[in-house]
Amino acid sequence: MRIVIVDDTGLRATVLEDGLREAGYDDIHLVPPHGGFVARIERMAPDVVLMDLGSPSRDTLEEMLVVSRALARPIAMFVDQSDDDMIGAAIDAGVSAYVVDGLRKERVKPILDLAIRRFNAFARMQSELDEARTALAERKAIDKGKAILMKSRNLSEPDAYALLRSTAMNQGRRIIEVAEALITASDLLGGGA
Amino acid sequence: MTRISAAFLPLTDSAVLVAAREKGFAAEQGIELDLVRSESWATLRDRLVYGQVQAAHMLAPLAIAVTLGLSQHPASLSAPFKLSVNGNLLVMGTEFAAALEPDIGRRIEDPVATAHDFAAAIGLYRRKPVIGIVHRFSCHALLLRYWLGYAGVDPDRDLVLRVLPPSLMGAALKAGEIDGFIAGEPWNTVSVQDGTAQIVMAGARVWQRGVEKVLALRTGWMEENGDTVDRLLVALDRAAAWCDEPAHHGELAELLSRSDYVGQPSESILPTLTGKLVAGLDEASVDVPATILFHREAVGFPWRSHGLWIYSQLVRWGMAERSPEAERLAANVFRSDIYRRALAGTGAPMPGASLKVEGALSEPMGVGSHSAGLILGPDRFFDGRVFDPADIEGYLATFRP
Repeated sequence: MRIVIVDDTGLRATVLEDGLREAGYDDIHLVPPHGGFVARIERMAPDVVLMDLGSPSRDTLEEMLVVSRALARPIAMFVDQSDDDMIGAAIDAGVSAYVVDGLRKERVKPILDLAIRRFNAFARMQSELDEARTALAERKAIDKGKAILMKSRNLSEPDAYALLRSTAMNQGRRIIEVAEALITASDLLGGGA
Repeated sequence: MTRISAAFLPLTDSAVLVAAREKGFAAEQGIELDLVRSESWATLRDRLVYGQVQAAHMLAPLAIAVTLGLSQHPASLSAPFKLSVNGNLLVMGTEFAAALEPDIGRRIEDPVATAHDFAAAIGLYRRKPVIGIVHRFSCHALLLRYWLGYAGVDPDRDLVLRVLPPSLMGAALKAGEIDGFIAGEPWNTVSVQDGTAQIVMAGARVWQRGVEKVLALRTGWMEENGDTVDRLLVALDRAAAWCDEPAHHGELAELLSRSDYVGQPSESILPTLTGKLVAGLDEASVDVPATILFHREAVGFPWRSHGLWIYSQLVRWGMAERSPEAERLAANVFRSDIYRRALAGTGAPMPGASLKVEGALSEPMGVGSHSAGLILGPDRFFDGRVFDPADIEGYLATFRP
């Protein structure tokens, strides 16, 4: 069974492709959605096309599916319109699937299940990564705020942190907000820290 | 509070939904309106059809195509409210546009002459022109076909129509993948302002009052949630009135420019709202009356004849089979009965009929209505044809060579 993944070469595509390979599918092609990508897909004559639901290129792909004479069998959206639960899960996960007409549901379901799981896993990874990035950025700002206090008020590091924290508590703000305000003020006053 | 999610595409004509949320009209009706930005019509359609959202800002022909099952399994959609009338522009890259009337104002003003010029320019161009359309089932594509068909152009033979989402059109034009495009605003103006395109045709000049976006709901959901639907329509009607008011255009353009809505500068959004279109970098603006309308003349009213005109064009271009059943289904997508029920007693001007002859008014006309003071604007087609919904066969015959 030939599976085409329409996505930019990136982590999500890799996560999905690896999953499919582990599950025993080996005829997998990655096509980035740019320029004449639909012509490439047309030539590949896939049985299943998986695509990010958020991609602006879905309309372009669907138009090809409507007009293509090269594809021997028409490709339809999702697997089986009666299986609303799975379609709902796919939309929630952000994946769309096009399947050639006549391909049996039992053969397609594992692919879509896997795509849904992998898309969800990717979304979790992405949000964890975003959280980690935010945490790192916040820690840097707090360190900078501490350094400003240490320098301008001649405080030790624990004292500088304690001052940031008590100011935040007194003003009902987060420490990071106080640190950012301090950095801005210090920049405005021309103090380098 | 009733929670409703509505999917939209980043376009100026999502204005009524945006205003309903941001200016409190939805909240006034006890509705918490969540807006879900979508990047393709396919995804907007799937979100609506499979229940991830309850409402969508949809191309009117797409609502009919989904109901008729023209490209996938049929799913019954209903449009009890229109979100806009007019608003589309055709822009062409400067290379192609060089073969047309250089005065852009005159070019837009005279769609008959420009259609003929365009047909001649196709033959002179170095290749078959590639024109970006947003969807095969869009008013944009139907207007383009209607306009060029008049000058003897067969769009399926003489042009390459390439489907791209509005937000990618400008980049495709710059990359030379397309030679021009017809899309909703602000994407045309964005390309004019960066110097890569010129306006060639304004939808409001091809059909003076052309159907455009509708509020689409799943028919089953609409029927089970009558009270919520009524409150939503009242909210949208008030939001539409707010959007139409010239004093609010600046604020509306600012709202739409936000990155969670259209995400383009307000200078690109404002020209359509005010009807002063940007002709070029150093040129005077071009006045096009009724470039886009949101409320006056009962814009929201879903005329069944709009559904039937779209159906007639789908049949004309071989995209839908002609059958009494398909005709009935297409007309029934436009639910004027729900509009009447929801807005009865709000003072909204209410047309007496649900069907009208399209293209017959050259002048504004007062019409018999339940409430006082409904004026319908001129609604002529540029070629003078008149669409009588009672005689679709006769209308289609006028297009045959």
